[in-house]
Order: sequence, then C-alpha cells, then structure tokens
Amino acid sequence: MNDTPVLAVEALVVAPQAGGAPVVDGISLTLAKGEVLALIGESGSGKTTLALSALGRVRPGLAVRGGRVRLGATDVLCAGETVLRDLRGRRATYVAQSAAAAFNPSLRLDFQVTEPSRVHRLRPLAEALAMAHSLYRRLDLPDSRRIGKRFPHEVSGGQLQRFMVAMGLIEGPELVVCDEPTSALDVTTQVEVLKAFKAVIRDGNTAALFVSHDLAVVAQIADRIAVLSRGRVVEQGTTGEILSSPQQPYTQELVAACRRWDRSRRPRPARAGSGPARLEVAGIIAGYGPRNRVTGRPSVLAVNGVTLSVAAREVVAVIGESGSGKSTLAQVIAGLRPPTAGEIRLAGRRLAPDVARRSLEERRRVQMVFQMADTALNPRHTIGRILGRALDFFGRERRSAELLEMVRLPASYARRRPGELSGGEKQRVNLARALAAEPEVLICDEIISALDTVVAAAIVRLVEDLRDRLGLAIVFISHDLATVATLADQLVVMRRGEVVERGSVDQILANPGHPYTRLLLASVPELRIGWLEDAAERAKVATAEPVELPA
Amino acid sequence: MSGAIDAVAAPPRPARRPLFWVSLSIVAAWALVALLAPILMPHDPTDFVSDDPFAAPDRIAWLGTDYLGRDLLARLIGGAQITLAMAFLATLLASLLGGTLGLLAAIAGGWLDAVLSRIVDIVLSLPKIIVGLVVVAAVGPSMAALIAIAGVVYAAGVFRIARALGADIAVLDFILAARARGEGARWLVFGEILPNIVMPLAADFAIRMSFAILFMSSLSFIGLGVQPPRADWGGLVRENLSALSAGSWAPIFPALAIASLAIALNLLVDAVGDRRQAVRARDE
Repeated sequence: MNDTPVLAVEALVVAPQAGGAPVVDGISLTLAKGEVLALIGESGSGKTTLALSALGRVRPGLAVRGGRVRLGATDVLCAGETVLRDLRGRRATYVAQSAAAAFNPSLRLDFQVTEPSRVHRLRPLAEALAMAHSLYRRLDLPDSRRIGKRFPHEVSGGQLQRFMVAMGLIEGPELVVCDEPTSALDVTTQVEVLKAFKAVIRDGNTAALFVSHDLAVVAQIADRIAVLSRGRVVEQGTTGEILSSPQQPYTQELVAACRRWDRSRRPRPARAGSGPARLEVAGIIAGYGPRNRVTGRPSVLAVNGVTLSVAAREVVAVIGESGSGKSTLAQVIAGLRPPTAGEIRLAGRRLAPDVARRSLEERRRVQMVFQMADTALNPRHTIGRILGRALDFFGRERRSAELLEMVRLPASYARRRPGELSGGEKQRVNLARALAAEPEVLICDEIISALDTVVAAAIVRLVEDLRDRLGLAIVFISHDLATVATLADQLVVMRRGEVVERGSVDQILANPGHPYTRLLLASVPELRIGWLEDAAERAKVATAEPVELPA
Repeated sequence: MSGAIDAVAAPPRPARRPLFWVSLSIVAAWALVALLAPILMPHDPTDFVSDDPFAAPDRIAWLGTDYLGRDLLARLIGGAQITLAMAFLATLLASLLGGTLGLLAAIAGGWLDAVLSRIVDIVLSLPKIIVGLVVVAAVGPSMAALIAIAGVVYAAGVFRIARALGADIAVLDFILAARARGEGARWLVFGEILPNIVMPLAADFAIRMSFAILFMSSLSFIGLGVQPPRADWGGLVRENLSALSAGSWAPIFPALAIASLAIALNLLVDAVGDRRQAVRARDE
C-alpha cells in the first residue's frame, strides 16, 4: 500500500490556451497515504492550478500541454467525465476558500454535507447523517446532532468553514484538496479550524494538498512543503527543513517575511507621542440603521466611544477582528459616515462630521487608502488619469511620474489600466493617489489584508518609508498583529466597537493587559512546528481570566 | 492522450455567429437608406406618378403606387428617414434623461432616489399608447410632440436600468475614494460610473429604439402621429390599409420594414450579448 502514492504528478505542464508562459511548468510531485503536502507561493505562482489538476480539473482558458496526474491508478487528465464524476466527492474532494460562496444559502447544512453520499448512492441517508454528525463532533462544532438542521447563514464563518471540511471528508477520501481554507477567517477562528482539520485528517489517514500563501499556517499542518514560484517548484522538503534551513533565495524571503514582531530591526529612536497631535478623535459613536428617537443612537452600534490621537511621523495601529468596527472608524475619520457623537480634530481645529461640509483644504490634508485594491481603482481609467484627477482636484501640479516613483513603480505605468497590474502594484497606486493630495494624515484601512506575505511586507516597508520622508501621521487599520508590530508606535485594540486596550506597541506586546489582546496575540501563527498545539493551550489560559469574553 | 487533453481544454474565442452579421447588415442598411434618402428616392414622395391608386409594381414605381397614386418606394424611403430620425431622437432623449437621473438616484440615495423612483413607477404603470393619445389630443399632433412623449415615456425604463447598474458600481471603493476627495455628482456620474456601464446602456439603447419605432408607428397607425402629406412607416400602413381588400401589397411593404428593423435591432443586441457572455466565461 505504501508503494503506490495517493497522488503522483509527473512533469505536468499547463499553459494558457492563447499561448504565453506556462502556469504550471513541468512540476512533478508525489503524495503518500496520510501525508499533508503544502503548496505555497504568491498569487499567480500556479499553486491552485496544480492543486485542481489533482481532481482532473483544468480551468477554462488553460490547457494541459504535457505530463500526467495519477490519483491512485487513475490517470485523471485522460479520464472521461463519468470517471471523474465518480471519483470526485468520493476518492478526492475539494475544500474551497470561501465556504460562504460554496454553500447553497437555501438548503440545510445536513443536506449539503451529505451530498457526496447521496450523489454516489453509497449508503442510506440515515447512515450518512450519522456519519456527518460524528464528523461535526470531531470538528468541535457545538450541538453536533442538531446544528446541521440550520441554514448556512445561521452559523458563523468559522463554523461554516468546518462544515465545508465535513463535506469534503464525509466519505473518507484518499485525497482532500484544500484551497486556502482558512485565509478568509479571523486569526482566532483560524486556529480553531486548523486544529479541528488537522485532527480529523490524521484520524482518517487522509492525504491532503494544502494550498496557502501563509507559511506560518502551513507550518502547523503540513508534513512537507513545496514552494512554488512562476509555475515551478523552487524548493521542496519537510516542513522542518524549509523552516530551519531554506536553500533558495525566494524561500528565504518568504521565511523572512513571516518572522513576527521582529522589533530589533526598528532603527528609529523612541519618539512615539512626541510633538503635538495632528489628528485627534474623541468619543466617536457611529453605527448603522435607523436612529433611536430618544437617545439619537443608531440601532446597530459599530463604534462606541473611541478616542485616539496621532502625531506627525507616528503610526497608530487599530487592531481587531472583523466586526470590531475598525473600518467604520476609518470612514468616520474620512467623513464618509458622519458619527452620531464625538468629534474629530485636525491640528487642533474641529472637522465637520460630513465630508461635504469640510473645506477643500481639510479634505486634502486627510487622505484614505482603501482595503480592496481591486475595487478602489476605476477599472476604466488609466493610472495616469486616476492620479491626474486627484492632482487636478486639489490644484497640484501634474506630477504623476513623480508619484509613481515615490511608490516605486515605473513611470510607464501611467498608461496602464488597473486590470494590467498585480494586487501589490494596485495597492501602490492607491497609496500614490492618496499622496497626490500631499496629505498630513493618512488612514490606511486594511491595505495589506488581501496581499501575499512577501508583497504585504514590501507595502509595509513603503508605508514606513513614506512616513519618514513625508512626515505623515498614519492611522493603520489591520487585523494582522504580526505586521502591525513592526510598523506601529501605538496600538489600539478594538472589540465590538469599543477600545479594550491601548498603549505603546512594545508595552502591549510584552505585557498585554486585556484577555482579548492576549487571545489575539496567542492566535497569530508562529513559524514553528507545534505552535498550533501550544496555541490551543494558551488561548484557554488567556480566556480563563476574570474578564468575561461574551461569545 | 492528446484527444483527452482537448476534452478538458476550453473552447477557443467564439466566432461571431451569422445572426450577428445578418442583424447588423439589416440595421446598417436601414440606417444608410435613412441617411441617403434624398439621393435614393426615385421620385418626390408627394408627386403623383400614376392615375391609378394601388397600381401594381412597374418600371416607374417599383413597389407600385399608394392610395393616391404616389410612388410607394419613394414614400417608403422617405418614411424610413422620418421613422428612424424620430425613433433615434426619442431614444436619445430617453437615454439622456433616464440615464442621468437614474445614475444620480444611484449615487444620491435617500429622498431624491425615493422621489424619482416613485415618479418612474407611476410613469411605468401608465399605458403608453393611452398617454400618447391624451397628450396628442391636448397639444395637437406634431413630430416634436411625438418625440417628447416617447422620450419621456421610455426614460422611465432607462432610469430603472441605469439606477440598478449604477447602484452596483456606487458601492465600490473607487466611488468611496472619489467621495472622500469631495467630488461632485457630475464627476461621480459621468467620470466614474458611466465608463463602467456604457456597454449595457448601449444594448438598452438599441432595444429601446426598437420599442420607440413600434410605439410611434402605432400612434401614426391610429392617425395621431405624423400628419399627411408626410408619413412614417406606421402612417404608410394606415394610409394604404384599404388596399388589402383590393388585393394590393401596398401596406405590406411598410409593415415589413417596421418588423425587419425592430427584429434586427433585438437580434443584434442578443448576438452581442451572447458573445460577451462567451468571452467572459472563457476569461474566468
């Protein structure tokens, strides 16, 4: 049994049908029973294309140009649709990145999780349901006998991702292909899903292809790691080998980008909080929905009494999970969502709550950079036009080339459209557009969340550089504590719209006061094997503190 | 092995289907006829070329004569000019009015959106022909009045589509970025949103123009449209309706003209839409 690998990829070449550079360029690898192989690389490295080929799937527009992929004894690239349909969901399964998009919102979870059993007519429904419920229990889902009667929108994102895993594992497949299964989750949720996933595939002796861009996550779950770049495997080895002694420059860069709170490389003197505050935000209350007639508060409170201040050349990071109100806070400061209470001061002078009532000069001095680089640039405009409009609007001279150079992009990019840029490049253009106004305060709303580790690290270095060169006061909103630790001077931890802890970064990292901060700190994956097991312990300790964390 | 590989490969960029070329050439031909009408007309459309009404086609009048003995071909070509020009102007008016207000409602939201949307609901709930009848009865039949009526009536439909398309775009971050900069409604609508929805609006324009042709032909058919001695296609059908009992083809030709243009416009939009869908599916 050990001689035949579960999956064998031999010299696979996949290229765009229209011609051009291959997406997968002669990759060979094997996967033994019960083994977890991680495919890691930045977007465009071919990792998803490679992983999907294990299921005999080639995305439209791509074509296999050579090589073969065997699942057990089946050559999946030559197999017909009938054969593929028979093996998918039974012998080889797929766990998608976005469970929310993968589930049918109008069918109950039990019905969807048991679909592989029903489609392949493998067992009676009652038996399939019993198996599903036992999987729920092993995946740490609460109330395993009844939770499956719910609809997808009635469970949390982390729970839904676990249902997705249950669906993939219900028929005990030989191979499960996971495409960034935890990338869309909050850090604290990610730990739980990873832990449950790891236990279940170990129990079932299931082989797994685990696609991810996050080395720290991969380190917790993989036996071996294959590092992909431009369609080739640049390095392959056991997890221990890759982490401790990466051989190739690209792998070394990847490992370096994952080192967390490396405070030693902070050359700046401790001058946090020095100088007068550029931006002061006091007692902000904001939210959604109709306002209460008596109290004047919105029915859903997103931000509840938040206060912070930023000086020139200072970075204040606002940290929190999704739903903590940090993005709403950014919009309040930018004047896009007038608060119901509280005030915003720019260099001591009060700003109108609504952007329409702020003067051109005030709007110029406060600029915002948006989270989704893909949607923050008008796809129909060239980069030159996007920057030119911002320059003209604030009456600055036309200096698009200079702006592009400032964010380390070639001047020729002015003629391109956003669709022709990578994610990281788009985020640089986003920054350049904000800089066109020559602002004093920059609000960065999750600007690195959608980027690969290495690209994100480069953007963070750019933000640091701009702060020093232009003397910007920066509010840096993020859920990624590891990145923020190297960049920020002050830290504001938000939970459910309220600030639970604030202070200098060094102080909070060394001695977190609030249990929620401790939980956040404990949830950031570390680049070492065995962290996941420790994290579960530490999270328990962190939450066992006297302050109650409402579920 | 290569055969199996082809099986998993995506189809190549789809070729334009015959439907596209057929419908495009019909629309283009009518547009050309309308533009070159003064050159193409064999006779003045108001000249009497025969003493017989409903004469059979001959060498002088290729399609025969109408109920007064005028050349039907010349009147058909003249009618093409009137019909297409009126339909085009009415649709242009509808698109400018409905498109601008729809996008404005999409970015403004709140009470402006609510008021405009309710007005549009009212306009859409009124039967178009009856509205046309009432307004023409009040202000008298004129080409300007016809264009204005059709323009306003069809603006309601354009408004709905533009508002829906605009609302999808208006929540994207680049609109938020422009708002944060303090951009006015004019830039948001024409600078940011419009370039992203030009294609669907163009498709809507073509479909709506076919509706406008039918609407105005209907009004002319019941005698409230273009007044004699001029006639659009609907008017030509009406004038010559009595020919049917006389066994002449006279009203069939303008009816065919209306049908061919309206159907071709619809098929053209379908063909372009299918192809865009195929290209998009391939790119995903």
